[in-house]
Amino acid sequence: MHPAFSVIFLTTLIGVGQGLFLALFTAQSYALFDLLPQQDGHTFYAHGSALALLFLIGGLVASFFHLGRPERAWRSATQWRTSWLSREVIVLPAFMGTVFLYGAAHLLDWKPAIATLPGGIVVDATVALGVVGTLLAFLLFLSTGMIYACLRFLREWHTPLTVINYTLLGSASGFTLAAGFAALVAPELASFFAGWALIILLLGLVARVASLVRNCHLKPKSTLQSAIGIKHPKIVQKTQGFMGGSFNTREFFHGRSSLFLRSLKWVFLIGVFVIPASLLLAGFAGAAAEALLAAFVVQYAGLIVERWFFFAQANHPQNLYYQSVA
Amino acid sequence: MTQLALVIDLNVCVGCQACVTNCKEWNTSGVAGPMVDQNPYGKDPTGTFFNRVQTFEVGEFPNTETVHFPKSCLHCEDPPCVPVCPTGASYKRKEDGIVLVDYDKCIGCKYCSWACPYGVREFDEQQKVMKKCTLCVDRIYDPKMTEEERRPACVRACPTSARLYGDIHDPDSEVSQAIREAGGYQLMPEWGTSPANHYLPRRKTRLRIRVDEIERADNPLKIDEQLPRPGTAEPSLDDVTSW
Repeated sequence: MHPAFSVIFLTTLIGVGQGLFLALFTAQSYALFDLLPQQDGHTFYAHGSALALLFLIGGLVASFFHLGRPERAWRSATQWRTSWLSREVIVLPAFMGTVFLYGAAHLLDWKPAIATLPGGIVVDATVALGVVGTLLAFLLFLSTGMIYACLRFLREWHTPLTVINYTLLGSASGFTLAAGFAALVAPELASFFAGWALIILLLGLVARVASLVRNCHLKPKSTLQSAIGIKHPKIVQKTQGFMGGSFNTREFFHGRSSLFLRSLKWVFLIGVFVIPASLLLAGFAGAAAEALLAAFVVQYAGLIVERWFFFAQANHPQNLYYQSVA
Repeated sequence: MTQLALVIDLNVCVGCQACVTNCKEWNTSGVAGPMVDQNPYGKDPTGTFFNRVQTFEVGEFPNTETVHFPKSCLHCEDPPCVPVCPTGASYKRKEDGIVLVDYDKCIGCKYCSWACPYGVREFDEQQKVMKKCTLCVDRIYDPKMTEEERRPACVRACPTSARLYGDIHDPDSEVSQAIREAGGYQLMPEWGTSPANHYLPRRKTRLRIRVDEIERADNPLKIDEQLPRPGTAEPSLDDVTSW
């Protein structure tokens, strides 16, 4: 497939936003059960939510560049019964609204008690919003991942690992950003986030390597024989029917060498996992805020490469029909 | 239920591209709006087509065959491009099984083209919507046309009648008979999309004649390579005499 930067930025940016929100609510949940010191809502949760919202808006804006007719985008919410893309279109604004309300409730200190847990722990409105936001964040990871995983012809994507990777890599980048953000405004939380970021990053590494190994051993289901229905071991295309390009030659080929693709794999493995993990480890041990912020910047750049590779690696069966110009 | 479709006979397609040209001509001037080419006289001309004719070489020299392969939307009975559409612009008509795109609803996200294993949907760079073969839905129901004219433009253009058109769910239709009797098959059956369009395979006409059918077994030449001498009183007509 030809990687589109609009989709690369959409998926990576909303991943950071979702992960950051999950990180914020994880900290609040810990604080709720007195496992972490209480944070001042005004500076930490409100500003953190605003930051998450910025990333989500960035992703939403990027997604519009993918559309030929962005003015009709509202129509894409109608087919949620069958289309994962439609589901994503519904869940993303719902999640953004929840993040906004969560941040606003913290900013305005609007915390009416909703319920009291046994043990005297008071569940207020921010906790309820946080739970809803967490559910929507995971629903959004599921929708985004399933957009790719549900296409059974694109066998590199048609695996639960696609959803797992979107979830883990998005969460890892969000927790890394949370660690950097906390280092600036709430230093006592920095190592908490850095520790969680490390754990999620390691899980992400396992899942991403698993998908790389799986894709290495994929055998194409469609062949030139099944594509044109002629049972002869030796078939070559002499012409695809036109000499200039077409949508089919532009959209489904990445146009780079396999060497380029192979080297990108190592670039993103180092950029997403190795460098950020070492920087997070340093941050966990108490290094300066710069280390944690650098971890996020390097990881985000690595994620762009990772997403580019994810798209380029998928080999569409239609490419069998477009192999020769004459 | 009706399922209109094309049946393409690879045995007679000569790869003349007449169907490609007539398809483009009809659909660029039809209700579907223009299918404008970009850079038509420049170095890299490109544009939207509903139909392409490709050429494959089967076998190894000198035992090769050239197969011309027309390719357009197969109007799958279980079309994978339809459920993925987020706007409902892509749909399959219940009454005749034609898969269509509503150009007024399409947002141009190209997701349907990813979901089609055959690569028969093409994005229109001018209108910024996804386009595909309509089976000339604006021809085949036009009451102003004669029965003969109410067929897809590609079918009308084919000089060798390689393109048949009809209802594959009607067992007595020309297309159903062709599929049944000439071994019609579907493309990429491994995906379970059940394409409505079928292809008829290449066929060889071979005479199967045994040697003893063309040589007389009792030819006297086979015995001693000498013609028997007829009796002078015998009649001389062949097959009446003993030789």
